Amino acid sequence: MFKTLAGVLQHIGHQVVDGVLRLGYATRFFLYALKMSGESFRRFPLVIREIYFTGVLSLIIILVSALFVGMVLGLQGYNTLQRYGSSEAVGVLVALALVRELGPVVTALLFAGRAGTAITAEIGLMKATEQLSAMEMMAVNPISRVVAPRFWAGVISMPFLAALFSMMGVFGGYLVAVQLIGVDNGAFWSQMQSSVDWSDDIMNGVIKSCVFGVACTIIALFEGYDAPPTAEGVSRATTRTVVISSLAVLGLDFVLTAFMLH
Amino acid sequence: MERAKLDLWVGVFVALGFAALLGLAMKVGNLSASNIGDTYTVSAYFDNVGSLKPRAPVKSAGVVVGRVESIGFDDEKKEAIVTLHLDMRYHFDTETNASILTSGLLGEQYVGLEAGGEEKMLKNGDKIKLTQGAVVLEKLISQFLYSKASDGADNKQDKKADKE
Repeated sequence: MFKTLAGVLQHIGHQVVDGVLRLGYATRFFLYALKMSGESFRRFPLVIREIYFTGVLSLIIILVSALFVGMVLGLQGYNTLQRYGSSEAVGVLVALALVRELGPVVTALLFAGRAGTAITAEIGLMKATEQLSAMEMMAVNPISRVVAPRFWAGVISMPFLAALFSMMGVFGGYLVAVQLIGVDNGAFWSQMQSSVDWSDDIMNGVIKSCVFGVACTIIALFEGYDAPPTAEGVSRATTRTVVISSLAVLGLDFVLTAFMLH
Repeated sequence: MERAKLDLWVGVFVALGFAALLGLAMKVGNLSASNIGDTYTVSAYFDNVGSLKPRAPVKSAGVVVGRVESIGFDDEKKEAIVTLHLDMRYHFDTETNASILTSGLLGEQYVGLEAGGEEKMLKNGDKIKLTQGAVVLEKLISQFLYSKASDGADNKQDKKADKE
């Protein structure tokens, strides 16, 4: 009895200590990547190549999801608002929901699934096939050559992807509410414009997406760099990237929103 | 992939991203409307501002002519002081009446301006003298109940007087 209790406690303790160690390791990795990012700005084509892989290739999934999210918001919003006789406010609902929350958050979740996993698998495989060690042998720092450009590419891509998501979502809401259901076009846009604020809503959304960009990319990079150099290790690291990124995005979203609405 | 094609796609991506931000600002947000050009500042004392907020619209005849800049409390007069930014294009005379109104039954509160008949126009830094504060629902209800109650009392007394 006492032994099993001690065993359980020991297990919990081990998990906690392990988690804190990994967090510290990831933070040092993040700071080191920042310190080593000088080269990725001197050789900017490296970053451009990665923006192509993380940003441009994510466009399709981002835009299509945004269209459907916007359309669903339009339908659901209209369905509830028309009960109170204010169906024109559907534009406000769609725009505020997208610009403040759904734009940055859903973009970050999709980004973690689409680009984050690719980064983790690529770096994990580079490590497993000892490409990173080979670079070190040639006196090339893998952090500044491999990690930093991917980091900056993710950070740069995310706000643009989130802005495109919000814009596309508003367009989807417009399609459903105005074109399909027949809400008044002028009221839809004018009510939206009078209640969406440039700095309070749109810029806060951009700030959120920048923070999510940093979090998602550094988690993907760290998991890849830290993965055990086996097939199983890489697959586990990829799974962990999605899980941890999603949780981090949702948790950070709450904290950021709490600060922004104070 | 060759360099030029890569640059092109990334260029398209970034341009699209900026266009979306600009579209959000102009089409979805109120960046185009909030810059109402040059403004002049006037202030007004109110006995009660209700739930008026900074950046609330200032309307005259239903048209937005400015924004509420700040709301403060004057310790000497024990009244709220509201600073308004009015659009340079519109001029109001010194007898203008400012009142705090509500749009719709449950809508947001705004400052309504009604022009008076004076020749002199308000200048930057002037004060609006004629003001009317927000209506407090509780006070209204209690007034109504009070008047009802006193009516009832009067009626009873009248009836008593009739009997006698």
